[in-house]
Amino acid sequence: MIAQPGANMTEPLDKFIEAAAVTLALPLDEAWKPAVKTNLDVTLKHAATVAEFELPDEAGPAPVFKA
Amino acid sequence: MAPVQTETRWSTAAQIAAAVNAGEVSASAVIDATLARIARLNPSLNAFTAVTAERACAKARALDATRDKKKLPLAGVPFAVKNLFDVEGLATVAGSKINRAHPPAERDATLIEWLEAAGAVLVGALNMGEYAYDFTGENVHDGPSRNPHDLTRMSGGSSGGSGSAVGGGMVPLALGSDTNGSIRVPSSLCGIFGLKPTYGRLSRARTFPFVVSLDHLGPFARSTRDLAISYDAMQGADSNDPAHADRAPEPATPELPRGFDGLRIVVAGGYFKKGASPEALEALSRVATAVGAKDEIEIPETARARAAAYVITATEGAALHLDRLRKQARDFDPAVRDRLIAGAMVPAVAVTKAQIFRRWYREQVLKLFARCDAILAPATPCTAPRIGQQSFTLDGIEMPVRPNLGIYTQPISFIGLPVVAVPVPLKPLPIGVQIIAAPWRENIALRIAHALETMNIVAAPTPPALGG
Repeated sequence: MIAQPGANMTEPLDKFIEAAAVTLALPLDEAWKPAVKTNLDVTLKHAATVAEFELPDEAGPAPVFKA
Repeated sequence: MAPVQTETRWSTAAQIAAAVNAGEVSASAVIDATLARIARLNPSLNAFTAVTAERACAKARALDATRDKKKLPLAGVPFAVKNLFDVEGLATVAGSKINRAHPPAERDATLIEWLEAAGAVLVGALNMGEYAYDFTGENVHDGPSRNPHDLTRMSGGSSGGSGSAVGGGMVPLALGSDTNGSIRVPSSLCGIFGLKPTYGRLSRARTFPFVVSLDHLGPFARSTRDLAISYDAMQGADSNDPAHADRAPEPATPELPRGFDGLRIVVAGGYFKKGASPEALEALSRVATAVGAKDEIEIPETARARAAAYVITATEGAALHLDRLRKQARDFDPAVRDRLIAGAMVPAVAVTKAQIFRRWYREQVLKLFARCDAILAPATPCTAPRIGQQSFTLDGIEMPVRPNLGIYTQPISFIGLPVVAVPVPLKPLPIGVQIIAAPWRENIALRIAHALETMNIVAAPTPPALGG
């Protein structure tokens, strides 16, 4: 389950963004951080909305690989 | 069908082709007039980023010299394409600064080739939101394409130039792409017809992608018949797009006269009415009343479907641009860059969850089509916002415009359903309604759209400021 970002996640999300930028070798100007954080926060909230919907373990993803 | 006038600005593609085939006007005369019109109107609308005048004139001359052009359903019809389509000799910029350094395309996109094989004449490439990550039609590099009904307002994105060019009478036909709503949103805001076919129906070969698992291509026009004729011309097998379905062409144009008799048409409730402006609800009501759609249907978990589409878009888009973000981050539109950087940081588990949900949601929606043939829903929550407007209020909640103009389109393209966006000519600004059909039933949505047009319920209005 993906954690729901909230007010108490502010600092962890900032740290996550800093670490992810370094790990992924992405440039991250200081001035870009607020917008990146806002966008990531929104996307993670959408991800949490999806993840909280319970489906069976057997449910497969939409794209299906064919050999 | 009314004969084409010497001035073809507001003529349909079908009228132009009929006139060219009948020898009433030459293809060259049509193209010359179109090029002059583009030169006159583009400073106001900013729809075109490139005009292929030399090529268009040569093509028109060749058509005029063709003896059997009567076999060509789009003979002499000028058209333009969103600038993410490969056009031989032009760099495929996809609304970006970065791609301007790309070498010129060596070959046209498949859909351009097939429209030209049907007699159409490419006249240029159209403005769009950077890398198609946009619903506004704004572009920091090229400036915004403008709404022909009010030049201070958005054309809608990301195929904004396509909406502006067709709605403004520069061309009768244009192509665009739709990942989450980028055909239907500009159609709604600019007051024109748009077709987003079933995922996998039309080839995307030699176009610049955005989100491969969600990208569709389709036409814009000022009549349903023009949508159908161009759609029919673009159907066919193409192994150069891996997602392209191996289906025989299913022509829709011959089916248009069948209307909506016998079709079970319902209205999408719940999510699709929450947040809709009075104009969006009025347009929906007019269409529903005209086709006798009395029953409302609830598409299950729509908000979650939109959320899943959002996640897939952010992450697949980020994957596509990861290397460019690392090397040329400052060359992006800042609004696009910041969304893509955030998308690169989303955990992979979120994407897998979204793709699992996508399969479940598809199965639920397909079950609904056992009870109906088409579903009506608003195309956009409101008429065109002002250019530069950052936020609007939906259902009492203030939210940013850029990602939320597509709240009603995103859950539909998420599972690849075919949709015709039809314009309801409200004043002062038009707004669209989606006619949604089951997979591979574009013909049903087009039949309903054509019948509504015949009843004068839907129409592409001539912009007062640009009339004549």
